[in-house]
Amino acid sequence: MNPEVAATVDLDVHSIRADFPILNVQPYGQHLAYFDNAATTQKPQVVIDTLTQFYEQFNSNVHRGVHYLSQHATEAYEKSREIVRRFLNARSTAEIVFVRGTTEALNLLATTFGKLLQPGDEILISMMEHHSNLVPWQILAKEKDLKLKYIPITETGELDLDTFERLLSDRTRVVSVVHASNSLGTVNPIEKIIELAHQNDIPVIIDGAQAVAHISVDVQSLDADFYVFSGHKIYGPTGIGVLYGKERWLDRLPPYQAGGDMIKRVTLEETTYNVLPYKFEAGTPNIAGAVGLGVALEYVQNIGLSKIARYEMQLLEYATRAVEEIPGLRIIGTADQKIGVLSFVMDYTHPHDIGTILDQAGVAIRAGHHCTQPVMDFFGVEGTARASFAVYNTPEEIDQMVKALWQVYQLFGQ
Amino acid sequence: MEPIRDLYQQVLLEHYKHPHNYGHLEHPTHQADGDNPLCGDHIHLELQVENDTIVDVKFSGMGCAISKASASIMTQVIKGKSIEEVKQLADLFYQIVKGETDVPEAPSSDLEELFIFSGVHDFPTRVKCATLAWHTLENALKQS
Ligand SMILES: Cc1ncc(COP(=O)(O)O)c(C=O)c1O
Repeated sequence: MNPEVAATVDLDVHSIRADFPILNVQPYGQHLAYFDNAATTQKPQVVIDTLTQFYEQFNSNVHRGVHYLSQHATEAYEKSREIVRRFLNARSTAEIVFVRGTTEALNLLATTFGKLLQPGDEILISMMEHHSNLVPWQILAKEKDLKLKYIPITETGELDLDTFERLLSDRTRVVSVVHASNSLGTVNPIEKIIELAHQNDIPVIIDGAQAVAHISVDVQSLDADFYVFSGHKIYGPTGIGVLYGKERWLDRLPPYQAGGDMIKRVTLEETTYNVLPYKFEAGTPNIAGAVGLGVALEYVQNIGLSKIARYEMQLLEYATRAVEEIPGLRIIGTADQKIGVLSFVMDYTHPHDIGTILDQAGVAIRAGHHCTQPVMDFFGVEGTARASFAVYNTPEEIDQMVKALWQVYQLFGQ
Repeated sequence: MEPIRDLYQQVLLEHYKHPHNYGHLEHPTHQADGDNPLCGDHIHLELQVENDTIVDVKFSGMGCAISKASASIMTQVIKGKSIEEVKQLADLFYQIVKGETDVPEAPSSDLEELFIFSGVHDFPTRVKCATLAWHTLENALKQS
């Protein structure tokens, strides 16, 4: 390992890498440097095994059967909810709703919150939101004649908090912001945002999709009203995610989808809704996925989130210094507080050409607008190339990427 | 040749850096926009058609090297050709990028540059970049 990084690492990356079978894939016969972790992370063997084991030994529906298998499936599903509760330090498992992912959680919130809002009410989000925390509110605002306002961003890719304060009005009904930006890497000061919103009695939704794998979250000390994330970005399966909501808020919101499991009693005239969190879990959930997510969270906690974060910061600093040497390369997103996301443009190459050249060198990055077109517009770029780091990445892989970036320079920049 | 050098041949890079027929026409008779949402490529194509012949053509927009070079080369190749010929060229081009036609030993000189896109078929995610200009052309010609 690169001595510079190795000197300060207290994490055995080689044994961690051995937990991830996919890292043995060799694209075009080369070592795979997987730097598309902000899109989705790879899965450790324990998570893969959990899914198989579930279908081999526990598979059955939850909360519905009196039989042996159903009891075991229900237990595993509910145990996972408890793991999530502890992971977020929520007060109660009633506040942990399993959903399909961040997108579904945000749509659930926009739709159900929407039922409580009146024409002229205001929703405040930021300019750095992922489309999934923007489009649902835009649709809602059109439908119900609400005002959608945006917290602006600065040249370094940080939220402009002074303007945020001024945008809070007596018509603001909800604030929804991203904890860590997927296209810039910025970690937003959500404590401050929540505090300011609460001074005006406004509830706050936090999109934690990019944050949870890198920052430990305590929803009680943050005093977040809602916190949502996807399992697949924290080494868990796809198709499972979490909506945390304070009990009193989840009580106030109407149900989202209707069907089985979310009801207590149905007659032909009316329905009594089930208790939390089941009121928001209509239909058969992704049971295996939920169980797999619990195992993924335990995997992360066994390594230690703060250790992971420190390691990733070293990778980010190492990569940042190396790419800054390349002529015509500009980093987009230079906030003080960042997760391991390195977004950049090269002024003589389109991001997709960078992506293709890196791919041929075995390096997987993302190129494009990253579902944050307003951010791209703000920085005046069509898209960026983005390398995003996870616990299993190494400094050698960064060298592999940097070498390919020099090749881009040779092809296009000279 | 390394696949990457085969894809980004010198001719392609030249067209990317210095595209031909880039800009706008005074009086286009046909125009169309094309988007490739995957890449964010966008092209605007303007044609001047007289007596079923493309007498002039210009394009504008932003995109990756492959889409831009493809548009630049396309505008060169189609200028002066009849609509019928152009449609055949589009079909030929689709075959080239899908690797469905052999690269001739000595292609006629005005078509030669189309064959530099034969490397694209090794990069399935980039085929749409190469064909964007040609699809946009077909859409433009559908208007009358
Ligand atoms: C910040 C942010 N929010 C929301 C999402 C949407 O997550 P998902 O696609 O898992 O629903 C993403 C994923 O790209 C993201 O990065």
